[in-house]
Amino acid sequence: MTHPYLPSPPLPDEEHARALLRHMLLIRRFEEKCAELYTQEKIRGFLHLYIGEEAVAAGSIPLLSPDDSVVATYREHGQALVRGVPATTVMAEMYGKLEGCARGRGGSMHIFDAGTRFFGGNAIVGGGIPIAVGLALAAHRERALGHRSDPLRVTACFFGDGAVAEGEFHESMNLAALWQLPVLFCCENNLYAMGTPLDVAHSETELALRAASYGMPSWSVDGMDVLAVVDATRRAVEAIRGGGGPHFLEFRTYRFRAHSMFDPELYRAKEEVERWKERDPISLLANRMREAEMLDDLGMEELEAEVKAEVEEAVRFAEDGSWEPVEELTRFVYSDSGGVGGEAT
Amino acid sequence: MTTTYRGAVREAIREAIIRDERVFLMGEDVGRYGGCYAVSKGLLEEFGEDRIRDTPLSESGFVGAGIGAALGGMRPIVEVMTVNFSLLALDQIVNNAATLLHMSGGAFNVPVVIRMATGGGRQVAAQHSRSLEGWYAHVPGLKILTPATLEDARGMLWTALEDPDPVLIFEHVLLYTMEGELAEDAGAVPIDRAAVRREGRDVSVITYGGSLHKALEAADRLAEEGVSAEVLDLRTLRPLDTEAILETVARTNRAVIVDEGWRSGSISAEISARITEGAFYHLDAPVARVCGEEVPTPYPKHLEDAALPQVEDIVEAVRSVLPRSEGGGS
Repeated sequence: MTHPYLPSPPLPDEEHARALLRHMLLIRRFEEKCAELYTQEKIRGFLHLYIGEEAVAAGSIPLLSPDDSVVATYREHGQALVRGVPATTVMAEMYGKLEGCARGRGGSMHIFDAGTRFFGGNAIVGGGIPIAVGLALAAHRERALGHRSDPLRVTACFFGDGAVAEGEFHESMNLAALWQLPVLFCCENNLYAMGTPLDVAHSETELALRAASYGMPSWSVDGMDVLAVVDATRRAVEAIRGGGGPHFLEFRTYRFRAHSMFDPELYRAKEEVERWKERDPISLLANRMREAEMLDDLGMEELEAEVKAEVEEAVRFAEDGSWEPVEELTRFVYSDSGGVGGEAT
Repeated sequence: MTTTYRGAVREAIREAIIRDERVFLMGEDVGRYGGCYAVSKGLLEEFGEDRIRDTPLSESGFVGAGIGAALGGMRPIVEVMTVNFSLLALDQIVNNAATLLHMSGGAFNVPVVIRMATGGGRQVAAQHSRSLEGWYAHVPGLKILTPATLEDARGMLWTALEDPDPVLIFEHVLLYTMEGELAEDAGAVPIDRAAVRREGRDVSVITYGGSLHKALEAADRLAEEGVSAEVLDLRTLRPLDTEAILETVARTNRAVIVDEGWRSGSISAEISARITEGAFYHLDAPVARVCGEEVPTPYPKHLEDAALPQVEDIVEAVRSVLPRSEGGGS
C-alpha cells in the first residue's frame, strides 16, 4: 500500500532537532570539502556526492542500534558519517591512505567498518541488497538458536531508484518477504539512475507500489523533510523489531550535485535543480527550528564551527596518513594471506 | 562401508549440520524435492526448515543472502543446482564474495561455501553441460574445489566450512552414482594439495573431477601396453598445487593435461603455462592437452561423446608424447 505524504511531523525537542541538523550539516560540509579536494586531486577515481539527500541518512540511521547492520551503495559518505564511522577514517579512505576505514583499498565507493557494522559501500547497483537479506537471515537464525532475545537486529539497506530495475532487487524483496526477515529497505529515489529519468526506466514509477506487490508494508516518504524521515523510519524499525517482517520506505529526494565528478548534467534542467533547492533539507529544518526559537544566528554559527572543525580534523588526519606499503598488495586476498579473519558477530 | 559419491556428500552435510549450529543448507529444491541430484534427500525431515531451506529460483538473491549470512556469523552451505545456473549469481560470487575481504582492508571475510554440479555426459545439451570451474579458478579471493573421490566428497565440505573465505565446490554430475568403499570414520581432508592417484614413471596425466576416472582407466589401458602413467588429481583448482604439478613432471618428464573445460583460456592452459615456467628443462616432449571440444555441448550421444574428453583420447594423447619405442605407437 502506498500513502500520500503525511503532514510534516512536529519538531522534536531541541537536542534531537539540533542533532539532526548537525548530521545533515556535517555531511554537507564534509562533501563540499571532498569536491574541493577532488579538484586538487587529493581524492581520485569516482566521487558521488550525497548533497541534497542528507535528510535520508540523518533521519533514518540514528534509529538503528549499534547491533543493527547497514548496507549502502557507492553514494554512502552520508550513511557512514551518521552511522558513526569517524570522519577521519572516512576521509583517509577517500585519500586512499592506510589509516582509512578500509585501509584505503576501496576509496569513496567502498566504506567498510566492522565496528559500526557498516557493510559497504557496494558499487554494483543492486548488489548489496541480497547481502542485506543474508545479514537479516543471520539475525533471524541467531534468534531461532536462542543466542539473542528480542528485539531482532535490523539490517538497513540503502539503494537508489535505479536499483529497483535490477533483478537482484526483486529477488531480494521476494526472499525477505517470503522469510519475513528483519530488513528495512531504504530506497533513495532521487529521480535519476545516473542520467536516466525515473519514467524512462520504470514501467511503474510509484516505487512503493512495486514493493507492496511483495506483500510488505511500503510507504513513500518526503525525503527532503528529515522529520518525516525520522517518523517513517521509527515506525518501520519498531514494526520490524517486533517481528513484523521487512518494510520498504521510498524516500523521495534529489541530488543537487552531478551524479559523479565526470557528469556534465546534460539530462536535467538547471531550473529543475533550483526548484528542488528551494526544499533544501537543511534549510527546511533550520527554518522550522528558527520559527520555534530553537535556533538563532549564533546557534547556527556554533554548529557550523563545530562541523568545520570536524571536517578540518578529518582532512588533517588524511593528509598525515601513510600509504600502504606495496609489499602488502596481496594481503587480504585470503584470510591466511595476512587477513584478520574476524567477520562481524 | 559401501556408499555412493552422493551419499558421501549427504553424510558430509549431515555431519556439518550436527557439528555446527551455524551451518545450514540453502538452495533450489534442496528440501521437499530432496535435491536435484538427491544429495539432500531426507535431510529436511531430519533437520527441519531452518537448517534445510528451499529457495525460490533466485540464484543471485540466495547466493547473495548466503554471503550476507556468512558476514552475519553463520556458516551457510549454498547449493546452486548446476554451474550453468551459477552464471545468474556471478555478480554475487565475483563482485562480492571474492572481493569483500581485500576491498574492506581485512574488515570482513566471507565464510560461505557454495556447492554446485558441473560437467557434461548426460545428454542434457548445451545449457546444462558446462564445465566452468576453470573460469571461477581465474578469480582471486575464491577457493575452487573439485572432489573426484568418495573420500573428498565426504571430507572436503567440513574443511571448506572451517575456511574463513569463500569456497566453491564443484561436483561432477557423473560422479553422484559412483559407488565404492568409504571408511566408517572418514572425515575432513585437506583442500590445498593435489594427490597422486596412481604412481607411474613414463608420463604424468594431470586432471581433476569427472575426468579423473577417465584418466585412471586410460592409465590401466596404457599399462597393458607397458606404459607406466602417473595420474595426478589436482583436487583444488585454486589455489593450484603448483609444487605437485612440477614434481610429477620432474619425475616423468612428460605431461598430458585432461580437462573437460574448453581449451582456450582454460585451467589446462594455466597448468601448461606453469609447467613451462617451472619445469621446462625437465620436459622431454611438448605438453599435450585433452580438452572439451570448443562447441556448445550437443544433445545426441555420438556428438556429445565427441565433444567431451574420452578414455581413448587420453590414451592417444599419452602415446603422442612418448618416444616411439616406448609408446607402442603404431
